[in-house]
Amino acid sequence: MSEISGKIVAIYGNMVTAEVDSKVKQNAVAYCCKGRDGIKLKAEIIRLRGNEADMQVFESTRGLMVGDTVEITDDLVSVEVGPGTLSQIYDGLQNPLPQLAEECGFFLKSGVYAKPLSETNKWHFTPLAKQGDKVQGAWYLGWVPEGIFQHKILVPPYLAGEWRIKEIAKEGDYTIREKMATLVNDKGEEKDITMSFKWPVKIPMKGYAQRLLPSEPLVTQQRVMDTMFPICKGGTYCIPGPFGAGKTVLQQITSRYAEIDIVVVAACGERAGEVVETLREFPHLQDPKTGKPLMERTIIICNTSSMPVAAREASVYTAITIAEYYRLMGLHVLLLADSTSRWAQALREMSGRLEEIPGEEAFPAYLESVIANFYERAALVTLYNGQTASVTIGGTVSPAGGNFEEPVTQATLKVVGAFHGLSRARADARRFPSIDPLDSWSKYTGAVLPEKVPVARQILVRGNEVAQMMTVVGEEGTSIQDFVLYLKGEFFDRVYLQQNAYNDVDQACSLERQEYTFSVLLQILQKEFSFESKDQARKFFFQLQSLMLNWNEAVWQSDSFKEIEGKIKELVK
Amino acid sequence: MRKVYNKIDQITGNVVSLKARDVAYEDLAVIEGERGVSLAQVIRINRDQVYLQVFAGTKGISNRDQVRFLGHSMEVSFSENLMGRIFNGSGVPRDDRSALSENMIEIGSPSVNPVKRIMPSRMIRTGIPMIDIFNSLVESQKLPIFSIPGEPYNPLLARIALQAEADIIVFGGMGLKYDDYLFFRNTFEKGGVMHRSIMFVHTAADPVVECLLVPDMVLAVAENFAVNHNKRVLVLLTDMTAFSDALKEISIIMEQIPSNRGYPGDLYSQLAKRYEKAVDFEGRGSVTTLAVTTMPGDDVTHPVPDNTGYITEGQFYLRRGWIEPFGSLSRLKQLVNGKTRDDHRSIMTACIQLYAKCKEAREKQAMGFVMSSWDKKLLGYGKRFEQEMMDLKVNISLEKALDRCWQIMADFFDPQEVGITEKLLNQYWPKKNV
Repeated sequence: MSEISGKIVAIYGNMVTAEVDSKVKQNAVAYCCKGRDGIKLKAEIIRLRGNEADMQVFESTRGLMVGDTVEITDDLVSVEVGPGTLSQIYDGLQNPLPQLAEECGFFLKSGVYAKPLSETNKWHFTPLAKQGDKVQGAWYLGWVPEGIFQHKILVPPYLAGEWRIKEIAKEGDYTIREKMATLVNDKGEEKDITMSFKWPVKIPMKGYAQRLLPSEPLVTQQRVMDTMFPICKGGTYCIPGPFGAGKTVLQQITSRYAEIDIVVVAACGERAGEVVETLREFPHLQDPKTGKPLMERTIIICNTSSMPVAAREASVYTAITIAEYYRLMGLHVLLLADSTSRWAQALREMSGRLEEIPGEEAFPAYLESVIANFYERAALVTLYNGQTASVTIGGTVSPAGGNFEEPVTQATLKVVGAFHGLSRARADARRFPSIDPLDSWSKYTGAVLPEKVPVARQILVRGNEVAQMMTVVGEEGTSIQDFVLYLKGEFFDRVYLQQNAYNDVDQACSLERQEYTFSVLLQILQKEFSFESKDQARKFFFQLQSLMLNWNEAVWQSDSFKEIEGKIKELVK
Repeated sequence: MRKVYNKIDQITGNVVSLKARDVAYEDLAVIEGERGVSLAQVIRINRDQVYLQVFAGTKGISNRDQVRFLGHSMEVSFSENLMGRIFNGSGVPRDDRSALSENMIEIGSPSVNPVKRIMPSRMIRTGIPMIDIFNSLVESQKLPIFSIPGEPYNPLLARIALQAEADIIVFGGMGLKYDDYLFFRNTFEKGGVMHRSIMFVHTAADPVVECLLVPDMVLAVAENFAVNHNKRVLVLLTDMTAFSDALKEISIIMEQIPSNRGYPGDLYSQLAKRYEKAVDFEGRGSVTTLAVTTMPGDDVTHPVPDNTGYITEGQFYLRRGWIEPFGSLSRLKQLVNGKTRDDHRSIMTACIQLYAKCKEAREKQAMGFVMSSWDKKLLGYGKRFEQEMMDLKVNISLEKALDRCWQIMADFFDPQEVGITEKLLNQYWPKKNV
């Protein structure tokens, strides 16, 4: 690989301009070498004009000088994928953070990078193909065990056309740097394959047979999501909300209880403290499905708010590329990005430095297409072997001032399949999850009595209308029928949409149980009650509510569950 | 010998530009002219054109002034000798004592590696019941005090400085009125905390660029005491809105495209970089940050409080002279308030619920409804609660404050009316004197 070098001519914030005479690729990786202390800072080329290359530097540019050398590589900004990616904690550029901590201590030193995958670990390889087989990009050559999964060793998806296996390694233990196979194509070109390969983050990793319409629900075990505003495997959803509305808590709960194979958490420009909670708790929490620590199905990409901004932009791409890689193994992957607004802000900062003509609120004009391209990388697909696999994206949005009219929220809403809008009013009233049941929507069909959901929704809407009216005319001016409708709405909200995250049972509600509870509730909601007075009605629903809350906290199908159910049925009769 | 330049090409706002070579980004320079000596920092380099932000402002600088580059970026002296000292934003003493130049350290150091952070677990007692009981401050937490001009946020901050359990207090004043600066200094001296305090003060009359340096100076010092001397450091900053306004001013001079109400697009990152310095270092000390953010027009959606809210771990609202029990939130309180006294959490919930009901009763009263006996109980309770718990002058330990809460409740309510479990009632409900 030939390295091209250039000279720095301008520095402004984390944007550096260099003069280069040779061939340079857009989005190639470059290193700015500080003449003063020899530290090399990683950068990405983001604009070429004449013989000037503009780069965004992924570190603080303090100490760089005009005239310092820039080494420009031939590689685009890439991640290396292979066995050993699971349970890792990476920064936005795929440096393993625990390793950096070992090397540098408390602080992140600039110019220190570490290998994303261990080069000495031995993996037990079992071939799935044999010499002479014809293969294509993304086909399987073999597998190694990685935690609970069979990690498939792929023909790198960038290889075009048909190849023949000239040689393949026997079953045994190898490192990721050892040659596993040699492929040859019609033209006689030979290619050595190892267990890992590099992939440029901004290019979607395809390698599947075809895309399908997302139809299988992704169960999060949160009632308001699964029943009212479902998401599907291979789909997309967004969670906008003002600060303090519980976006991150919701993401954490989802990462814990979602019924999915792998969760990639991209902590993008948010508080480090929240990542720490995940880091410290996940190794000790059990995956309800496998009984193994949750960390074994999790990958964390962590570029918190005080880490360099340019790497923040890269971090969501790093995350999605890793997710796409595991999708090629036939797995269902959920990517949780928190928060896409910080990512958009990183784009805005760079756009400003490039002196581009700004769009709304100074965001670049291409904001919408960048957001759309990102969410479009989520998909349910069939692989070449007929298996289905998926990447689902859930992104939080932090709108300025909690106003959903702002550009990032609006651009996101255009391209996602479900919208879980959080409201400050609900959060202040401690109604958790604070997903607004009136504003939110989902284009997917859920698994919990989907044909009945509109009935429940209707009651919420009508109940809310009555509540609005009551603020004007007071309780006295409301008819008893309307008042009961209001009580039904509040009751449904309290006992079904809200969930107690601190209760061991109620914090996760299985699909089976949701269906059961929901059908019991529907009977109550649709039943015509006749009350003599409003006080009587209120008392009745309070009684019912406290029973239902206890019911929610009783273990599914336990004795106390059945006992409380009996009481509820008795009361409603 | 470093080269001296004596031709400045352009002076706009607080930024000057000149032609120079071998200058590194963010390096310091000294500008010498008729008006004296001023520090400046490189904020942009374009070929041989270098842009400098002048700390003392450009008033009186001429295009023939001498510019000398120092070959390093902004530094601050770090040693035990800092204790009890007062500096301005560029690190020059304000207290008529000698300047410090030993053991210079860089300011604005890199971020802490997230995997080296630990879960916060220790409470910082402040002696202010509204904080200790209802929204406990936790070591390594970052909390803003949202307030509006005219509210006693500076006295509150000073009280916290005097009463909080911390080894060292590092104070950063930005855009302070001179009176407020004197107030802080006198309070610290009289309160006997000056010997373990370090102050960096930028007053409203000082050049705006120095304001930008204050948080970085403060945090560099605080971080070093925490990491190298294992100290529990409390950082107090006032007012972060002045800091943000200084950022706005500079970015507009530099012709950056403003994003929201004139503030630069990187306001969030700039604030986060400072707030995220609040860390508990495993096996070492810690940095805890309390920062005043005044809300222009009492509008929490204004870019400064809004971005701050996304960064910090909760917020205190200071309104009408006390810390609002509603809206104020310490997100980390759950990590510590289960380990203090077994009635802490129950008291926290019960007192606030009763106070909320009292507010409803007051609304009813204001609309002219007849007060029931229950309403009257609530009104009496609310008044006592405000006087004996919410008032900022109250300075009692957490345990005494909890006892006082029980007493106030017992003076108005029957035990079963307050929504606390039987077990705690039996243990703590004050016995009536017969």
